[in-house]
Amino acid sequence: MTGAMAAVVGIAAPGVALIVIVVLIVLALVFYLVSVIVQLRAITAGLDEVIGSVGEILAKTTPVEAIVTGINEQLDAGVDLLEGLLVQKAGLADAVGLVEGLYPGAAAAGFRNFPESTTTKAPRIGEVYTKGTLTLARLGREAPIARGNPAGFPLRNVEGGSLAARLLYPELRQQRPEALPRSPVIGTGAPEQYERRDDIGKPRKRLPARSQ
Amino acid sequence: MTLWWIGDAVLLLVVVPVVVYLLNGVLAAAKSIVPSVQQIAAATAAGSKDLDSAALLLTTQDQVAQTVAGVAGYGGSLDVILDDA
Repeated sequence: MTGAMAAVVGIAAPGVALIVIVVLIVLALVFYLVSVIVQLRAITAGLDEVIGSVGEILAKTTPVEAIVTGINEQLDAGVDLLEGLLVQKAGLADAVGLVEGLYPGAAAAGFRNFPESTTTKAPRIGEVYTKGTLTLARLGREAPIARGNPAGFPLRNVEGGSLAARLLYPELRQQRPEALPRSPVIGTGAPEQYERRDDIGKPRKRLPARSQ
Repeated sequence: MTLWWIGDAVLLLVVVPVVVYLLNGVLAAAKSIVPSVQQIAAATAAGSKDLDSAALLLTTQDQVAQTVAGVAGYGGSLDVILDDA
């Protein structure tokens, strides 16, 4: 009887060991797979936050392109206006020289709407215009205009700048009488609206030569 | 009988370590993704907060329009009162 029992145990022992090993494998699988599931759930929660934030970013940036495009169009219009006005009033060469005097090196870039301005030689504004013109150009903005002026670096005289500007006008206006009206207000809201002159763009009228 | 024991030994000494090694690698990879996802979530949340000021572009657009309108009026006046070159 004892021998038979020993034989049965001897035969069943490897099977029992096999079952124990399989159970160990299954337990390892359960442990690791549950851990992976927990991590995947954390990843899913994080991605949900990401998706929410990305949705907010999309919602906030959707109108940006149209707004920035509109701003650029308006600024382009302003640049076109100022460039055209400067070139129309000062001429291309002097306009390039004025820009070069205000921002040394800017003449190389030229004007956007005037490609020929890149090849225009910028004159030295300090030599082209009179002192009064330069004084007017410097007033109020402390612009380093005509930086290459041989007379020295032109900076606005803060204390005497206003007097220097006033001295450009006739003496009658400065002291006698004192209460003359100021310079006219310009712009669309000006009280006085002037019509455009008919001779703009045409040659200047020249006085007849004096008879000797 | 001996073959049974050999099979058990192979299962215990080879298969079980391989299974544990592979599962451990998968778990380590999953754990390494979590901090990255959390950093991405924090970055996108901060980016979204930074874009709160994008709505101010509407004010900027209005200001630019008013400024350009003023420049246009000023330029138009200059065009009238100044001679061309």
